[in-house]
Amino acid sequence: MSKVSAAQLHYLAGIRRHKRIVRTARLLILVLFLLLWELSARLCLINSFIFSSPCRIIRTFTEMAADGSIFRHVGITLSETLASFFLVILIGIAFAVLLWLFDRLSEILEPYLVVLNSLPKSALAPLLIVWLGANMRTIIVAGISVAVFGTIINLYTGFKEVDPDMLKLIYTLGGNRKDALIRVVLPANIPILISTSKVNIGLSLVGVVIGEFIGARQGLGYLIIYGSQVFKLDWVIMSILILCMIAMVLYSLISLLEKKYLKRV
Amino acid sequence: MDPFLNLTDVNYSYHSPEGETPALSNISFSVSEGEFIAIVGPSGCGKSTLLNLISGLLLPEFGTIFLKGHSVRDAGTEIGYMLQKDHLFEWRSVYRNVILGLEIQKKCTPEHLARADTLLDTYGLSGFRDSRPSRLSGGMRQRAALIRTLVLEPELLLLDEPFSALDYQTRLSVCDDIGGIIKKEQKTAILVTHDLAEAISIADRILVLSRRPGRIRSIIPIHLEVEDRTPLKSRNAPNFKDYFNRIWKELNYYE
Repeated sequence: MSKVSAAQLHYLAGIRRHKRIVRTARLLILVLFLLLWELSARLCLINSFIFSSPCRIIRTFTEMAADGSIFRHVGITLSETLASFFLVILIGIAFAVLLWLFDRLSEILEPYLVVLNSLPKSALAPLLIVWLGANMRTIIVAGISVAVFGTIINLYTGFKEVDPDMLKLIYTLGGNRKDALIRVVLPANIPILISTSKVNIGLSLVGVVIGEFIGARQGLGYLIIYGSQVFKLDWVIMSILILCMIAMVLYSLISLLEKKYLKRV
Repeated sequence: MDPFLNLTDVNYSYHSPEGETPALSNISFSVSEGEFIAIVGPSGCGKSTLLNLISGLLLPEFGTIFLKGHSVRDAGTEIGYMLQKDHLFEWRSVYRNVILGLEIQKKCTPEHLARADTLLDTYGLSGFRDSRPSRLSGGMRQRAALIRTLVLEPELLLLDEPFSALDYQTRLSVCDDIGGIIKKEQKTAILVTHDLAEAISIADRILVLSRRPGRIRSIIPIHLEVEDRTPLKSRNAPNFKDYFNRIWKELNYYE
């Protein structure tokens, strides 16, 4: 290996130091927050019946872990979220392809897509419950409804922004529109698909929790609503924290996928 | 006998809600097999439109274009087209970029694939066969793009300012390079360029178009006093600058 100059070493050390500081600061904020919370609860600065406390949450968690109920709730929410996430991706790609294939159709449908996209989807949830019943399917549909319109619009915009010369290349090689779609438009939009997915996984979770609020007997959304009704705020706050962790883990999984893809290219 | 490529009274206009813009008017010329034609003209005179018409991507509003007696509309892969940018796909390896046309044509036979490898080897890209295109230099990228066209074994090559995205130095050597390859593969070629020197250095005949709507102002055969003519050597020919001045005047005649 070639010898590295002192200046380069100094530069690399600088980068490492920067990364260390960022990592430490992030961790510190979390620890401080938890400490402060716990202390304020113990010193009765806040009412731990309403605000709970890290220790109470851990106790609640171990209790619910012992009878397995918490894993059931997490499992249900997680599987509903993943189901609606993958369906959103499938439906999104299918519709974006359709719109790309038929220019006139996309022009006709544009205002409807815009309205549906800006509509607060939580307004639909009560309707979905009435129409489809209080079951898992309804909750998955609620998850889909939050994310799907944005996905269609984002993907279609990505499809339209493919360099027309790249399409022309396909035509000069004797290809048709199907070739252009499969060999240019889709592969060129994988980065957009990934960035849309990053947003979607969070949106699907939002939709699922909204659905669980009003039409479920299990899941974290149900636990939050039920907990607030019976004033078990430990449940509520624990569920919220678990939701934070789920969101973070799902997001990191997609980031991992993105890194893998970028490395391959 | 039919000429290799023949255009008769070709007209083309662009339409927009604001009105009609005639792009080409009464274009007629012939190209014989193995010839290298360059088309020059002021910007916006319809040079690229002309190539699109010859390639069959656009249909002329009037007039006919025949390649070996058949309408270019049915020519398919007999016509190869090289665009300004190489557009090698980053999500494919160099090799998979080169065989893109074969994939589309469903011609991935062992013979064709072997030819792709031979071409990569002959033109010094075999070492990058499985690399991503971003590893290639600008000149190598154009070479890969040319090979992508050549594996389909076109009879006629259309080149739409294929060097204009390169810096000057690379451009001279890539032009020499690509010119050499086309000679060696004995292809008929039509090059569109706005660079007069480039046109003179590489072409057997130069077609000068007028400003929009493009008409043929003149067709100038190039006979340079140079041995083993290559685009780079051509630039040293004593009568190179005479051609340059003549075409320069043709282009600026009406200004």
